[in-house]
Amino acid sequence: MGGRPVTAGDRGAEGGGLRARLIVERAAFRLSVDLEAAPGEVVALLGPNGAGKTTALRALAGLAALGEGGSIDLDGEPLHTLPAERRPIGVVFQDYLLFPHLSALDNVAFGPRCRGVPKAEARRRAAALLDRVGLAGHAAARPRQLSGGQAQRVALARALAVRPRLLLLDEPLAALDAHTRLEIRSELRRHLAGFDGATVLVTHDALDAMVLADRLVVIENGAVVQQGPPAEVARRPQTDYVARLVGLNLYRGTADGHLVTVGDVVFSVAERLSGPAFVAFSPAAVALYRSRPDGTPRNLWRCRIEGLEPHGDGIRVHLEGPPSVAADVTPAAVVDLDLGRGQEVWAVVKATETHAYPA
Amino acid sequence: MRTRPGEAGPVRGPVPWALAVPAVAGVAFLVLPLAGLLVRAPWATLPRRLAEPQVLEALRLSLVTATVATLVCLVLGVPLAWLLARAEFPGRRLLRALITVPLVLPPVVGGVALLLVLGRRGLVGQWLDSAFGVSLPFTTAGVVVAEAFVAMPFLVISVEGAMRGADRRYEEAAATLGASRWTVFRRVTLPLITPGVLAGAVLCWARALGEFGATITFAGNFPGRTQTMPLAVYLALETEPDAAVVLSLVLLAVSVAILAALRERWVGGP
Repeated sequence: MGGRPVTAGDRGAEGGGLRARLIVERAAFRLSVDLEAAPGEVVALLGPNGAGKTTALRALAGLAALGEGGSIDLDGEPLHTLPAERRPIGVVFQDYLLFPHLSALDNVAFGPRCRGVPKAEARRRAAALLDRVGLAGHAAARPRQLSGGQAQRVALARALAVRPRLLLLDEPLAALDAHTRLEIRSELRRHLAGFDGATVLVTHDALDAMVLADRLVVIENGAVVQQGPPAEVARRPQTDYVARLVGLNLYRGTADGHLVTVGDVVFSVAERLSGPAFVAFSPAAVALYRSRPDGTPRNLWRCRIEGLEPHGDGIRVHLEGPPSVAADVTPAAVVDLDLGRGQEVWAVVKATETHAYPA
Repeated sequence: MRTRPGEAGPVRGPVPWALAVPAVAGVAFLVLPLAGLLVRAPWATLPRRLAEPQVLEALRLSLVTATVATLVCLVLGVPLAWLLARAEFPGRRLLRALITVPLVLPPVVGGVALLLVLGRRGLVGQWLDSAFGVSLPFTTAGVVVAEAFVAMPFLVISVEGAMRGADRRYEEAAATLGASRWTVFRRVTLPLITPGVLAGAVLCWARALGEFGATITFAGNFPGRTQTMPLAVYLALETEPDAAVVLSLVLLAVSVAILAALRERWVGGP
């Protein structure tokens, strides 16, 4: 990660970067999220639709008012007392919102012009930024003449042109097709690595978050449910949403030594634990049998097939429990076992492929 | 729902009679009088009549006053529309209702009201007269005032509608880039709603061009000074009906030509 600080704890005591308590009250919805981002750090706000991610971003940008008790500090100075136009921020919006009546160059020069940079200097700065994102040849183009990927790059250049100390990105890749997305994602990663201010990125795409962010903050229903480095969050999901996102089966049970009891099923696990615990394993670790296999009664339970769908090279089988589980099997296995909707099968998980941790 | 290739939307039955008959009658009602105007026009003497100085004078006066009135409406009306569409303040709904009053007010009543306020003995007119020696009634400026009074609501309503319909997120994007509200208005809102402003201005101009009641009440009917085309038409109808038809044709041609030109070029209507 190019020597960038990885956790919020690495930050110096002087309180550089972003430190926010985002509280926004809406009818039937309350957002209450504590958020920190060190200079140079990229924090991804990850969550399902309606979790409050975009609201959080709008509050940081000054486009949504903070409620009682909310505050935003950037580099030790309060931000929440300033209107949007006075905040040292750059925002990349989900559908970019490039001004349709201005050329790419004038879009990028717009911010510096508003902040009092003389016209010639603003245009020089804009041209240099367009060059940096590889669009020097499109300076005169209107937004409607740009492809999705090009528009995204202009939007990034426009946000960086004001030399912000906090960069906000709202689903920066959501509007792109799969192929462009791949290319822009790695490009964006490079640009974010070169940005020395704090970055907050909002996404509902786990891959975007994993690739782009140094730290994930997962929010559901307006509150933080889990945060940490991407690898840690992926390995130890704390909620069903996160588990689904990173493609793991996740259960909450009670541990006693090397055994974790989840309902009627007992999992034997490698870790030694006691009390409430999570058990997580990949769908690939699940094997299916038509009849009850011999041997240990652990890690074994009976399910009904709810559906099958292609998944990569194989087939993902959704099974209804309890507990419900997803299993990845080969197409050959589906044919051999004659698997179909409504069928009853036995699911078995290898103890060595489970991962247990305290809840 | 059945759809055939190359055909969008569902397959529908015939247009019901209950709607078709009144609709056709409506078309006839709107188009026949205009056709009558064309049929009864004294085509043989038309060129001579058109060249009469009185006609040209009235036409010039009409075009100038309607254009100046439209400019006045733009300068005052666009900020007013912004206030109604973008600012939050108590009594905004009441203000909008007040602004639409001239829309439904009989123009003659508007003229009387203007006389009471801006007349030589009026509330404001008295002061204008004593402080600046300015008197509006029965002057060309008075014509502009009367036309602007009647036409401005058209502009305000249409520009406000355009602003409400515009995507406010562009304005938010501009704000995050450091634009003040004035800069946002000037460099983002206004360019984005230009078609709406032009449509409103055209509507406003057309209304000003045809203004009769408020003008004759407030500004009188002096050839060369306050006698606009509609006033000239009315006057001619009593003495020389053929002249009235010619003047009407000119007014019709000018309005249709300018509306058509603007519509194609800027308003982008279907």
